[in-house]
Amino acid sequence: MDIHEYQAKEVLSNFGVAIPSGALAYSPEQAAYRARELGGDKWIVKAQVHAGGRGKAGGVKLCNSENEIHTACDEMFGRKLVTHQTGPEGKGIYRVYVESAVPIDREIYLGFVLDRTSQRVMIVASSEGGMEIEEISAERPDSIVRSIVEPAVGLQEFQAREVAFNLGLEPRLVQQMVRTLQGCYAAFNELDATMVEINPLVVTGDDRVLALDAKMSFDDNALFRHPHISELRDKSQEDPRESRAADRGLSYVGLEGNIGCIVNGAGLAMATMDTIKLAGGEPANFLDIGGGASPERVAKAFRLVLSDKNVQAVLVNIFAGINRCDWVAEGVVQALRDLEIDIPVIVRLAGTNVEEGQKILAKSGLPIIRATTLMEAAERAVGAWRNDLIQNTKVRAV
Amino acid sequence: MSILLDRDSRVIVQGITGRMARFHTKDMLEYGTNVVGGVVPGKGGETVEGVPVFDTVKQAVESTGADASLVFVPPPFAADSIMEAADAGIRYCVCITDGIPAQDMIRVKRYMYRYPKDKRMVLTGPNCAGTISPGKALLGIMPGHIYLPGNVGIIGRSGTLGYEAAAQLKERGIGVSTSVGIGGDPINGSSFRDILERFEWDEDTEVIAMIGEIGGPQEAEAAEYIRDHITKPVIAYVAGLTAPKGRTMGHAGAIISAFGESASEKVEILSAAGVTVAENPAVIGETIACVMGKAA
Repeated sequence: MDIHEYQAKEVLSNFGVAIPSGALAYSPEQAAYRARELGGDKWIVKAQVHAGGRGKAGGVKLCNSENEIHTACDEMFGRKLVTHQTGPEGKGIYRVYVESAVPIDREIYLGFVLDRTSQRVMIVASSEGGMEIEEISAERPDSIVRSIVEPAVGLQEFQAREVAFNLGLEPRLVQQMVRTLQGCYAAFNELDATMVEINPLVVTGDDRVLALDAKMSFDDNALFRHPHISELRDKSQEDPRESRAADRGLSYVGLEGNIGCIVNGAGLAMATMDTIKLAGGEPANFLDIGGGASPERVAKAFRLVLSDKNVQAVLVNIFAGINRCDWVAEGVVQALRDLEIDIPVIVRLAGTNVEEGQKILAKSGLPIIRATTLMEAAERAVGAWRNDLIQNTKVRAV
Repeated sequence: MSILLDRDSRVIVQGITGRMARFHTKDMLEYGTNVVGGVVPGKGGETVEGVPVFDTVKQAVESTGADASLVFVPPPFAADSIMEAADAGIRYCVCITDGIPAQDMIRVKRYMYRYPKDKRMVLTGPNCAGTISPGKALLGIMPGHIYLPGNVGIIGRSGTLGYEAAAQLKERGIGVSTSVGIGGDPINGSSFRDILERFEWDEDTEVIAMIGEIGGPQEAEAAEYIRDHITKPVIAYVAGLTAPKGRTMGHAGAIISAFGESASEKVEILSAAGVTVAENPAVIGETIACVMGKAA
């Protein structure tokens, strides 16, 4: 789960990470009021969306007056911000964060990630802050400092000092850097984060080390023990279909294609998408309905897949292991009767009691296209989608 | 003698009184697995499917001589159960549980390093379907009847995609020495490399099949190991060619976040290491058959 910048800053500041003074606003008027409260004569207005690259997309504005704050806010509120991380549909701006501008001497990149090679938490830092880490590793790989944290004892002070000195910080700044690193690690560790990123972490003209931006992601599997973090979830930043799926215990990722997929198991779901592509089609989604594939789950899955208006054919691929194909087939038939689906449905069943399952599909009298192998299923799905498209075009032409 | 699991393995089930665990205990017993007991704190003295339940893993090991364990414990408590098994002297543990917090797994891995290598428990999973040595024993939740006994060693992340591969092999009359699920989580007990090493030394295994997916460095790490140390033919398939970057595809670990983690990059790395790559999931069985024909 991702959270907003202002939320991440509040979380990190509770762990001793220094941040510039700032406040949240839900309207242009409130933003201007917040600026007055903060004082000073230079503010940054930042769109709060769950995506990086906001600056280049017009989601971060430097303002020198209340008037400018109004103008900046008018351009943000209610708009969709499209950055290289949001996809073409963008993400809605419903909140902005107003922050006092600070004089910047130096920008540092600081990240904490789960490193899958060492299977530990790793600090990734660079003296080239402001750029994205992908750019830094492409252009200035020598500037990257890494340090792996031993989980039994946590981040030690000497490690934090090493990072600070390796970034070339002056001795008078090292203690502040150590406090920042230790605060981030403590937050990461205690709150089950999967990522903490401060980009940039800045050294100000008056020698303060401040987190100018902050991003945090949390382990969905650990949210049960952090109720106050779960509360920070903002559904307006999620794909509505994906949140609905997650709320129903299904794992769904929307894509651009038009062949909907309903599969049990994540690996088989990805393999099914790959086969559709190979057969000349484009998958509309990833959907894992879980190993069980009960009739209720199949019905839920159909509703979810069909809520995507781009879907023009549905491919169901179930490998029945412990459950049986006849049971899965009954679920499919039931779902099709209840939902009155008018696009081609291709069903491939494999595993336990596959013959009985096929019989149930055949006897149902429904126009189900059956397949026995994965390749056959994908080819029939793509074929049916094409035929359907041609027929519909003809109807319209007449 | 197959890797990790054999006819003589003495198995306990942690969390045996749960609905799923009961079901699969029965299934494993029917397959011929030597299930000797179960562990649920506070339920010692009960019996499930005719086997005794103990309060602690230590008690179970003392009373039954158990050396293998299957963990069916819910996510918040699963890491604790794995560490308990490691401490009680269990040699091989499979964790089925899906949804264990990543930091809990970091702690589990760290904890296991307390033991010298020869005394350290082998863990596969979590979030896997288990391990089967066809005709000998089943430690997991897979349907035993889709596997024929034979000489192909399978290592895979995904449950049902592994079944798909096994079924394609069965269709061609090709059998499996052992199939090991390493699971779909970002931090797992054993990697492809760990299991490849075992198959290389296993007399029953002639050919190794690796079923990978997007995300993480373990396929690339395996490729390097295969190039330098594996003499047996290796076939691989990597799922997720159509998966977009930066999105989690069901398995917590299936997310492309760095170079070398996409399916096409992994295919390239594996091919360069001399691995025969099945281009799509429909030809996994065919590709293995082909390589075995050449090898014979």
